[in-house]
Amino acid sequence: MCAAGKYSSRGPALIPRMKTKHRIYYITLFTVVLLGLIATGMFQFWPHSIESTAEWTLEKGSVHDAPLIRLPVSSPIPERGDLSCRMHTCFDVYRCGYNPKNRIKVYIYPLQRFVDELGVPISSTGLSREYNELLSSISDSDFYTDDVTRACLFIPSIDVLNQNSLRIRETAQALAVLPRWDKGMNHLLFNMLPGGPPDYNTALDVPRDRALLAGGGFSTWTYRQGYDVSIPVYSPLSADVVLSERQPGPRHYFILSSQTAIHREYRAELERLKEENGEALLLLDKCSNLSQGAAIARKRCYKGQVYEYPEVLQESSFCVVLRGARLGQAALSDVLQAGCVPVILADSYILPFSEVLDWKRASVVIPEEKLSEMYTILKSIPHRQVEEMQRQARWFWEAYFSSMKAIGLTTLQIINDRIYPYAARTYEQWNNPPVVKWSSVNSPLFLPLIPPRAPGFTAVVLTYDRVESLFRVITEISKVPSLAKLLVVWNNQNKSPPEGEKKFKCPECTAIDGLSLDQTHMVERSECINKFATVFGTMPLKVVEHRADPVLYKDDFPEKLKSFPNIGSL
Amino acid sequence: MQAKKRYLILFSAGTCLILLFCFGGIQVPLSRRGSHRRDDRSLTGYHLGARWRRLSGFMQAFSTLGKDSSDELHGHMSPRQKRDTNSGLYTGKRCRMETCFDFSLCERNGYKVYLYPQLKGEKLSESYQNILASIEGSRFYTPDPGQACLFVLSLDTLDRDQLSPYYVHNLKAKIQGLPLWNEGKNHIIFNLYSGTWPDYTEDLGFDIGLAMLAKASISTENFRPNFDISIPLFSKDHPRTGGERGYLKHNTIPPYRKYMLVFKGKRYLTGIGSDTRNALYHVHNSEDVVLLTTCKHGKDWQKHKDARCDKDNAEYDKYEYREMLYNSTFCLVPRGRRLGSFRFLEALQAACVPVMLSNGWELPFSEIIDWKTAAVIGDERLLLQIPSTVRSIHQDKILSLRQQTQFLWEAYFNSVEKIVLTTLEIIQDRVLEHWSRSSLMWNSLPGGLFALPQYSTSLRDFPFYYAKLGIKPNPKFTAIIHVVTPLVSLSQPVMKLLVAVAKSQYCAQVIILWNCDKALPAKHRWPATAVPLVVIEGENKVISSRFLPYDTIPTEAVFSLDEDTVLSTTEVDFALTVWQSFPDRLVGYPARSHFWDSNKERWGYTSKWTNDYSMVLTGAAVYHKYYHYLYTTYLPASLRTMVDQMSNCEDILMNFLVSSVTKLPPIKVTQKKQYKETMMGQNSRASRWADPDHFAQRQTCMNKFANWFGTMPLVHSQMRLDPVLFKDQVSILRKKYREIERL
Repeated sequence: MCAAGKYSSRGPALIPRMKTKHRIYYITLFTVVLLGLIATGMFQFWPHSIESTAEWTLEKGSVHDAPLIRLPVSSPIPERGDLSCRMHTCFDVYRCGYNPKNRIKVYIYPLQRFVDELGVPISSTGLSREYNELLSSISDSDFYTDDVTRACLFIPSIDVLNQNSLRIRETAQALAVLPRWDKGMNHLLFNMLPGGPPDYNTALDVPRDRALLAGGGFSTWTYRQGYDVSIPVYSPLSADVVLSERQPGPRHYFILSSQTAIHREYRAELERLKEENGEALLLLDKCSNLSQGAAIARKRCYKGQVYEYPEVLQESSFCVVLRGARLGQAALSDVLQAGCVPVILADSYILPFSEVLDWKRASVVIPEEKLSEMYTILKSIPHRQVEEMQRQARWFWEAYFSSMKAIGLTTLQIINDRIYPYAARTYEQWNNPPVVKWSSVNSPLFLPLIPPRAPGFTAVVLTYDRVESLFRVITEISKVPSLAKLLVVWNNQNKSPPEGEKKFKCPECTAIDGLSLDQTHMVERSECINKFATVFGTMPLKVVEHRADPVLYKDDFPEKLKSFPNIGSL
Repeated sequence: MQAKKRYLILFSAGTCLILLFCFGGIQVPLSRRGSHRRDDRSLTGYHLGARWRRLSGFMQAFSTLGKDSSDELHGHMSPRQKRDTNSGLYTGKRCRMETCFDFSLCERNGYKVYLYPQLKGEKLSESYQNILASIEGSRFYTPDPGQACLFVLSLDTLDRDQLSPYYVHNLKAKIQGLPLWNEGKNHIIFNLYSGTWPDYTEDLGFDIGLAMLAKASISTENFRPNFDISIPLFSKDHPRTGGERGYLKHNTIPPYRKYMLVFKGKRYLTGIGSDTRNALYHVHNSEDVVLLTTCKHGKDWQKHKDARCDKDNAEYDKYEYREMLYNSTFCLVPRGRRLGSFRFLEALQAACVPVMLSNGWELPFSEIIDWKTAAVIGDERLLLQIPSTVRSIHQDKILSLRQQTQFLWEAYFNSVEKIVLTTLEIIQDRVLEHWSRSSLMWNSLPGGLFALPQYSTSLRDFPFYYAKLGIKPNPKFTAIIHVVTPLVSLSQPVMKLLVAVAKSQYCAQVIILWNCDKALPAKHRWPATAVPLVVIEGENKVISSRFLPYDTIPTEAVFSLDEDTVLSTTEVDFALTVWQSFPDRLVGYPARSHFWDSNKERWGYTSKWTNDYSMVLTGAAVYHKYYHYLYTTYLPASLRTMVDQMSNCEDILMNFLVSSVTKLPPIKVTQKKQYKETMMGQNSRASRWADPDHFAQRQTCMNKFANWFGTMPLVHSQMRLDPVLFKDQVSILRKKYREIERL
């Protein structure tokens, strides 16, 4: 095609030297070639060109382009899921391989639309906005691979975030027909709302063989520790509402309850607490007098008074997150976003990302049975800790709850840490908010050790030119009993170091050490300090007013009994 | 005509270019698609070129706001009902605290542990006796079952291997006969070995009912999270208290030792747990990776002998186990017949980073210890990758792993007492959930046994985490002056002291602790001070009351003072600035020392001026308020009573306590007057100091304390902290703390 183009372009270039009839001939020829090219182009590429162009420019498609897969009634169903599954029994680690980056490769299946034999879809919502967001952000991340043969983890594009919108059996069948399903090995499913009425199981009811489950509402009985990942229930308000970060500190209310679906027994209990403690508690419910609509999710009421939700959460120090029929509640995300300390009452609930996050620093967990003692328990928490928890709560939201991307990538990082535990992120990396990360000191030599004198020390002497003072230093220091080794660093490229006992005269050297008296030298050093502080982003040096001396230093005591009698000062 | 021609040429050239561009442009995605075609061929049912792509256009939300939650409101059963059904449902292998544990027993009297009385004729193994003794000696012990929250059997359940000589028969009947058994509710059962050859199951051979298990070698499959506790396997020689220090005495950089990775142990040839050890020879290189196995064990090993045995056995005998252990950077800890092995603790003590090859082992105290910071968690399936994995670990990481092994060893493992106390504290954290330790408290110095969340749940309130949190201690202090003599004149030393201390820029409050038998003097008799003065009448007028964690102490720093201490404001100020740099240590003036008296085979105490010291007197010392809490709650009543009865040694005990927490010596700062004992009183106390009994008592105290701690926690120091220009040849006017130099 390219060659053809070149040929035709050569044609017109000849025209000026041609006669008129030739010119007409060439023009006709050129037109024919041109038309031919267009026709070929149309014929060859037209059927795909829309899709291809779209992929190339925006990498976007539409749900309706996804191929339709019809599942026969007899299509196999995976097994229910084995509660004893652990990484070493149900996960094929060989697929992940050894790589210098210590990073797992994740493959995402392309989108398909599954329907049963009658053409009814397996899910009432199809691919949700959130799942699309989740998969897309994973596909943009370093974990992603489009090479299925190199993948360690597989993520189906079948959306199971909300079990309510799924047909259980058909969804399971759809999973089983995935080309690399292989008993669910190394497959990861994301589910935020598990179970359904009346008994609301705490894990996704879709049979899923050995697949790992990132679930948002696990109880201690369904969570396979070290295998599943407990994730938050994403709150759609995270994307819609901007709550600016508030400075930690006391708030207008002490305790706030803002959930609308609280069981009447618990609501009665909360009412009782409110009666006892009055203004410190704010007990909100949904607004009955407002017309239905999308905005209703953003309003809460107390005795006819309307409050903006989630903004009102910022007005309270503690915010109650009670279990509903499900253990995982989207309210947790709103509460954290508002920098309100969540008070979690959901027995047996596995908190989101509990494998890596230290929830004790960001929340208060109270057994449901002790709801009536909530006020007393919270009052006993020191103010400083409430502030720490407020800051920590907000940080958890920002880093791990704020978007589907954050949730998805955190989940993958947790699984990654299990597969390459020696390269795992540390507790500090997971739990320290940026402000602490910058200011905290984690000494690489953190163990309190008082090293024995026996191994002695190595003296390192840096020298440039002043051989005389070098020899003086060497003579003096070699008298020290615990000197094990002496290392001289010769820092002069123009001269070779002196050999043996040979002595050099140093003409520049004056009697006193000239360097520290030199003004430019001092200015240079100040500049260094400023430069280093900018690079460090902070001034790490600390000022102290003490100096270490031997115990009996300059004491009125016989010198010969002192361990270090000869200490002078510089 | 020429113009037309040119236009034509221009036009056609332009068309050609556009065409080229169009087709060329389309070519790019086409060729990309072509390359994907190959990869996706294996995916049946996929159209060619399929991959995940972000979708555009309208999509529904995964959950309709309000709808999913209002669904929940109706329909679901009452939370109380749910709890009741759960407790019936989730028993046995599915036990959890909320279903199998009665919290109400712990609410009435706090967290107390009851030991069943020992039955006549019941033999207890040495290890089990140590466990029981540790509980009895702990602050959790109660002799009254009515007060107990947790129950511990006096029947030895440690060894449940039927072939073992320590196996206790008829355990089932014996336990069922216990009147307090109550189906095992709130009981904890300790076990080290279960099952026997050939399958080594984790069954104990009797019904444990609703009891919790503190068990070694427990598998993740049988482990009931937040209910059972995985404990380390320890030998019968494991010391009851005290325990061996970690092997690491100093850090070496680079942190490599002679060997990179070592192992020396049995090879089972057949049966459970033999696979990994049988394959070890593949990675053995007899240079820096030395993995040795022997086939010689049991009576009939020759029967199962394979072709490699003779060669392996010969190689095995060439190396000495302990030499390898202490000279290797990493130590392989593969599973044996059971998941855990002694090797784990041995490696930990030796500062040899354990490389775990024991799939499915719930590591010891996994509920609270972040093992990733102290061990390499390997996978038996990836044995062949282990050498390259450990070689890929950065030096800095090795250094940190190694130090963490030492911290964990000394904090939780080096004695039976530590193992037992850790077990009890973990359960206490569950019982008092909102007063429990964060992971940071468990996994950083000084460890969970010294960081008591009942004091505060805020990390800022402890002296240990300032640097980690990136904050500084508050320099304000509260002075506590311990008064035992009545007020007679305004020139009394205590009056001078009071004025001097209150003048300090860091002083927030002065507390007079009135431990004098005479009645409290009237308020106006105390000198006026700029800071609040609080007078507290000592509880029972005992000496330990000076270390009570009074609510009236609003500051982090406490300045503890005797009534006859002579101090100037400058000295107080200077000590405070020093304390800010060492908030977890005792900072004081007069220092004392301990020594080992080899003639008498006991610890000695000396107040002689020497070149080193290991204690500072709390008659004039500044330290963190938390140590008041530790002194009062952590130390056993027996030691505190002893101190109170003698009215002596409280300062020694405080020094023992702080050094056992920090593993470091106290800090002596310079003081103004250098004459012996001038600073510590002339009048009231003089009698006390002059008393020869007083000194003898202090010797006795030293030994009593060392006995309880199981070790000598005091550490010597040769350092005194002086103000920067102290006694330097510069003008006195340039010195900030010039008062200290003046005689």
